[in-house]
Amino acid sequence: MMTAQQRLYVGGALGVLLAGVGLYANGVFDFFGMQAIGERRTGAQKIAAPEAAASTPRAPTDLAGDPPSAELTAPAAMSGASAAFMPPPESELPTGEFGDVIRRGREIFIDTPRAAPAYVGNSLRCVSCHLDAGRLADSSPLWGAFVSYPAYRSKTKSVSTFQQRLQGCFEYSMNGRAPPSNAPELVALESYAYWLASGAPLDPKIAGRGYPALAAPTEKPDFARGEKVYAENCILCHGADGAGQRTPGGYAVFPALWGPDSFNWGAGMGRISTAATFIKANMPLGLPGTLTGQQAWDVALYMNSHERPQDPRYTGSVQGTQHDFHATEDSMYGREVAGKVLGASGPPKPFKPLKLSRP
Amino acid sequence: MTAVGHIFGLGLGLVLSASCHADGAAIANTGAGAAPPCQTCHGPAGEGVAQTGFPRLASLGATYLQRQLAAFADGTRVSDVMMPIARALSVADRAEVSAYYAALPAPAAALPSAAPAAATASAPVGATLATRGRWADKLPACEQCHGPGGRGVDPDFPALAGQSATYLFNQLRAWQTGARPPGPMGLMAAVAKKLSEAEVRAVADHYASVPAKDDR
Repeated sequence: MMTAQQRLYVGGALGVLLAGVGLYANGVFDFFGMQAIGERRTGAQKIAAPEAAASTPRAPTDLAGDPPSAELTAPAAMSGASAAFMPPPESELPTGEFGDVIRRGREIFIDTPRAAPAYVGNSLRCVSCHLDAGRLADSSPLWGAFVSYPAYRSKTKSVSTFQQRLQGCFEYSMNGRAPPSNAPELVALESYAYWLASGAPLDPKIAGRGYPALAAPTEKPDFARGEKVYAENCILCHGADGAGQRTPGGYAVFPALWGPDSFNWGAGMGRISTAATFIKANMPLGLPGTLTGQQAWDVALYMNSHERPQDPRYTGSVQGTQHDFHATEDSMYGREVAGKVLGASGPPKPFKPLKLSRP
Repeated sequence: MTAVGHIFGLGLGLVLSASCHADGAAIANTGAGAAPPCQTCHGPAGEGVAQTGFPRLASLGATYLQRQLAAFADGTRVSDVMMPIARALSVADRAEVSAYYAALPAPAAALPSAAPAAATASAPVGATLATRGRWADKLPACEQCHGPGGRGVDPDFPALAGQSATYLFNQLRAWQTGARPPGPMGLMAAVAKKLSEAEVRAVADHYASVPAKDDR
């Protein structure tokens, strides 16, 4: 039995499909993931100007966006906190050696730069994008990701395990480097995720996973409108320069949304659609649901129209990197904004672990 | 700035900015015109008085303090005690006394709780709300904006640590009832309205028990 919300969503998705066929022959492929990118590479130079950036709704995304193959055929239902799986309360954390490792995983998750300094290159924390220590439904919860792997990912064009997915977070979202397989940090994070998923079905379509699907915007996402949304709803915490706010000790109370201390161009959050779905469901902190879908799309485009650290998959040129990894209207990489080509910052900077003295 | 302030500052061989603080010190310690000395209620070191709920001012952000004085002066923040005092201070006086308190070190020791028994009983509730929030109701943790340990993030998120429990309780209640303006983006009214009275008590007691360690 479909809820009214689900019916609305399905109807909306169908409508978008129809509109997409007519209006965005390229963009509609994004709705199914990025499978079609290979076929579209010749179209890279046709990418629209920033103000015309297309925008297509996506299925709910995983830790940083890329939907496992199971979601390529059918969007998951819109989820709500009431219907979502509930991870066990922290009062039920096991004792003993396994419990210690789970706790260590939680510590890494909520204070990543200090707890895993060898692999982190910015002051973001896992919990910056996965609220409530990875527990919160619709905030790409860790339990939802855990039950979704192994899965085929178009990003890597291979089947990834959960650990490999975590490695991607370190490399892209944390602008760091991937811990080696079975590094204590990964074992701890995997243990924490496993514990959070206690009792959950192995189901990549579990309600509450990823960020909730968002209907296509009525109007194409727009930089100027996004700037206004940002000034009214985001600037208080994230600052006019998008750099967030840090304590004197370097702890990022409010994470950097762009610039050298933010996630790099390879991160899922760098996709306009992923950012829009996250923002709509979770921002502003403490005032959820106050932005319209259109505002979320606009401000997501605005956020992702700023420079950030180079994509680690950089091929030697912006054009080549765009061609290989950003040939989608969902990414601003390689496009010109305010006279500058995004991503034209040269090769990735050598990894430098972030030094943090105290929270 | 008054001529007296300049002479006082120069006489001590201090730079101009220091003379501003000297003015602020004078207002804090001896008053200014109809305004009584701040220290009468806020303590000699701006540490506040826990039992009466007079807040600590020491090491709170200058911009934040100045905004509060402006809000008392124009009546948007209601307080029978503070409104006439803020109105008796010029805009320059308010800036100087704010800078003076911002430069004072945070109290080293936590203020004694007004209700230690209650604090003990509700400590887990208060600590959980402070550090983890209650996300089932989309209620963020206090420290997600007020910073680790509730030590504040200038200029919009004042320190909570080492603040009087009575003061914190009264402010959260004021946001719940609309007696205090909702603050930037209306955040505090939205957050406070998700708390029960017992939770307000618990979180106020929690931060009163956290040392206001100076993080500058």
